[in-house]
Amino acid sequence: MHAKRHKSLTHLERLESESIHIMREVVAEADNPVMMYSVGKDSSVMLHLAMKAFDPSPPPFPLLHVDTTWKFREMYAFRDATAKRLGMDLIVHQNPDGLAMDISPFTHGSAMHTDIMKTQGLKQALDHYKFDAAFGGARRDEEKSRAKERVFSFRSTQHRWDPKNQRPELWQLYNTRKSKGESIRVFPLSNWTERDVWQYIQQERIPIVSLYLAKPRPVVRRDGVLIMVDDDRMPLAPGEQPQMLKVRFRTLGCYPLTAAVESDADTLDLVIEETLASRTSERQGRVIDTDSAGSMEKKKQEGYF
Amino acid sequence: MSTAMKQPAVVAEPQPDAVQQKGLLRFLTCGSVDDGKSTLIGRLLYASGSLFEDQIDTLAVDSRKSGTQGDDLDFALLLDGLTAEREQGITIDVAYRYFSSPTRKFIVADTPGHEQYTRNMVTGASTADAAIILLDARKGILTQTRRHSYLVSLIGIRHVVLAVNKMDLVNYSQAQFEKLEQDYRNFAARLGIEEITCIPLSALKGDNVTTASEQMPWYHGPTLMQYLDSIDVDIDRLAGASFRMAVQWVNRPNSDFRGYAGLIVSGAVQRGDLVRVLPSGRTTHIADIVSCDGDDVAVAGQSVTLTLTDEVDISRGDVICAADAPAEVADQFEGTIVWMHEQPMMRGRSYLLKIGARTVTATISPIKYKVNVNTLEEIAANHLELNEIGVCGIELDRAIAFDPYDVNPHMGGFILIDRLTNNTVGAGLIHFALRRSQNVHWQAIDVNKRAHAAQKNQKPCVLWFTGLSGSGKSTVANLLEKRLFAMGRHSYLLDGDNVRHGLNKDLGFKDSDRVENIRRVAEVAKLMVDAGLITLVSFISPFRSERRMARDLMEDGEFIEVFMDTPLAVAESRDPKGLYRKARRGEISNFTGIDSPYEAPEHPEFRVDTTTLSAEEAVESILNELTRRGLLV
Ligand SMILES: Nc1nc2c(ncn2[C@@H]2O[C@H](COP(=O)(O)OP(=O)(O)O)[C@@H](O)[C@H]2O)c(=O)[nH]1
Repeated sequence: MHAKRHKSLTHLERLESESIHIMREVVAEADNPVMMYSVGKDSSVMLHLAMKAFDPSPPPFPLLHVDTTWKFREMYAFRDATAKRLGMDLIVHQNPDGLAMDISPFTHGSAMHTDIMKTQGLKQALDHYKFDAAFGGARRDEEKSRAKERVFSFRSTQHRWDPKNQRPELWQLYNTRKSKGESIRVFPLSNWTERDVWQYIQQERIPIVSLYLAKPRPVVRRDGVLIMVDDDRMPLAPGEQPQMLKVRFRTLGCYPLTAAVESDADTLDLVIEETLASRTSERQGRVIDTDSAGSMEKKKQEGYF
Repeated sequence: MSTAMKQPAVVAEPQPDAVQQKGLLRFLTCGSVDDGKSTLIGRLLYASGSLFEDQIDTLAVDSRKSGTQGDDLDFALLLDGLTAEREQGITIDVAYRYFSSPTRKFIVADTPGHEQYTRNMVTGASTADAAIILLDARKGILTQTRRHSYLVSLIGIRHVVLAVNKMDLVNYSQAQFEKLEQDYRNFAARLGIEEITCIPLSALKGDNVTTASEQMPWYHGPTLMQYLDSIDVDIDRLAGASFRMAVQWVNRPNSDFRGYAGLIVSGAVQRGDLVRVLPSGRTTHIADIVSCDGDDVAVAGQSVTLTLTDEVDISRGDVICAADAPAEVADQFEGTIVWMHEQPMMRGRSYLLKIGARTVTATISPIKYKVNVNTLEEIAANHLELNEIGVCGIELDRAIAFDPYDVNPHMGGFILIDRLTNNTVGAGLIHFALRRSQNVHWQAIDVNKRAHAAQKNQKPCVLWFTGLSGSGKSTVANLLEKRLFAMGRHSYLLDGDNVRHGLNKDLGFKDSDRVENIRRVAEVAKLMVDAGLITLVSFISPFRSERRMARDLMEDGEFIEVFMDTPLAVAESRDPKGLYRKARRGEISNFTGIDSPYEAPEHPEFRVDTTTLSAEEAVESILNELTRRGLLV
């Protein structure tokens, strides 16, 4: 009767479908959604999925970048170019209190920098624009405590996360109802792994920041990790000399807090090959994680994404 | 550095071969504490190369610290997540893990074996294609094994593995394995699970997990990994069923385009197909599949946007079906409910029910029985506690499209939401419609609500007086009705005591009876508003959720909640009927304010402070408020 009516979906098709389903559910039920855009590969995938989910309409929400002012310069250029290319509204929020204090990860330490510029900055932006649902690109495979996080994560009016009071998620039914002042963080990529993200980027030819590809870059070695000297705000110790090494980044954040890895993978294929063969987890590249056991959990309860 | 700025973006070269195309299978693991679940999952992650070096290093350090496995890795330590849980040394809740084989990506829902966590297991099971039920080879089938198996069969998981673990501790005994297998098959026959496979293994040593065991040459079946790689995925089964898609979102970028976005939950669709939209029943054809990457067929599991050939009125929640095999439409069901909240489910109380993309109001009518999950016994019940499972009637405020749960979980599975806390409090499975509404339409009555109201030349509404006994509800309501009568208004006063003598004389004062009491009165009030009357309701109505239910029955602006705000001490000192004294002496129980709670309204339309206003003044101010709201034109 009909031509080929049967086909088995691939894991990427299933994941894509699920993410799109989640996004549409939020748009249908939330009053004022926003997409957190951090410029990294996960954000790139999430944005790409949003373009598909609402096509031919543009995604019916703006992008929000909570800017610590310490991102790599390439990230800023990529961010602005992407918003322009896709015709998306981009809101950039920098915590004015942090700016007034001239917060820097070098002088104030990574914990305080992250708390003020990222955690507090995010709360300010959500409150200021009255966003009641915010998409984030976090995945459950990133970190132990995320494995139990729901796709829809409810936050109190104070943006606190209560791990004991999360709603069960059954089938594909998401309960998005909330009281006034409460908000939801929604993670459409919950079930994706780092491999899935890379494979999807390749399959869909999604543009990403070239920092993910290896290239000679000026770096210094500190506490056993390579930090790129991205601008002249970086104080060098006496005698410390940036050296050019062929490096790339597995995750992107504030440049002083992001470790580079030495690599020859200067094409996407090579990066994927290296990632698939890799035996270290990407979070190793994030300096903020090494504080204390369960540190991510604490940050989350305080309102970190 | 400056060269970097010139090329901030990279785009992948198309390399389709490099992308591994795998299938996706979701499974659930369940077992009692210490059966070896964490060890098994840890080994699957390890053996499939899903653990990173740094994770393995941390694990090695942790293993040495805990010292349970000598120099070997203790995989059980890998899976702990939240700090508090780690301290308690148990996993509670559902955690999701990921690994892949060369042919499949796996999502594991890891749920605990703990007694009280039916809720978590059902949650994990709801998305699983298969379940692994762990058994300690030394212990045999336990109560928990029975419970897990029942829940797995209830949720309709079609593939079940009985993983007989710790075979190393029973000398890899074939006889022991065969005995357990036989015991289990005897028990499971009652449950109607489609397919059961039994595998003897040692999670600790690795036998039959990913490699065939040399210790058990007598076993010729698949390893666990081979099994997981070979069973079919549920969505592929559903792809062979009739087409269904709930409309999630209507896509209208401009007046020329109207698309219906949703996830196909069964069957397939292509351009030109004749479809029926439910519950309206209108038929039309598929004009195009918009987001279908060039293919002209879309199948179950895909999120798509469809356009139709006719301008049909479709909104979020409607279901687009194959025209020749549409879903059913009904507003009354029998179904199974799994209760997931500390506050018990009560008969007569109303909840929000979400199914597909539609949310409606549901009232729980009789609970036929609840199930003892350990013995499968059916027990009479009038409420369900946390983690209890019952079969009950469910009435909706409007008809929905559905298929029975065992035909399609996505068309027959629903969640219940508390209207006040917004918590997800229950999960349910529709079995069948109690009254088919396919052909039953609301009688289009010619003399309708508007005609009734017009004849009386007034706007009907409900004035809902709530407050403690002795707060002055009846006094004020009576006086107000006299005034309305004198003004030539058509009204009626429903008073708690009077209604309890007649319509509600079968009800007592237990929480569940109070809920039913208010439900009936609210329905009567609704009919009276329909008849065009200004309806005064004077009931203690102590629970917010019932007042909310009453409010939701009326149209916007019709429900005026009047809160008779009187402190308990004042009401008690008035004690017009001597009831407080009796309650204090213990002669009446469940008395509001004494041993039964009163939940004050948070946002009443009108609040009467009876400690400062006289009854006459209260009536005057209520009349002013009604005028202000345009209800006394
Ligand atoms: N001898 C033996 N011990 C096992 C096996 N599987 C698990 N164990 C041990 O049983 C204990 C409980 O295992 P765990 O994985 O934490 O169980 P869970 O509570 O089901 O997650 C641990 O000490 C494991 O090392 C097995 O196949 N053989």
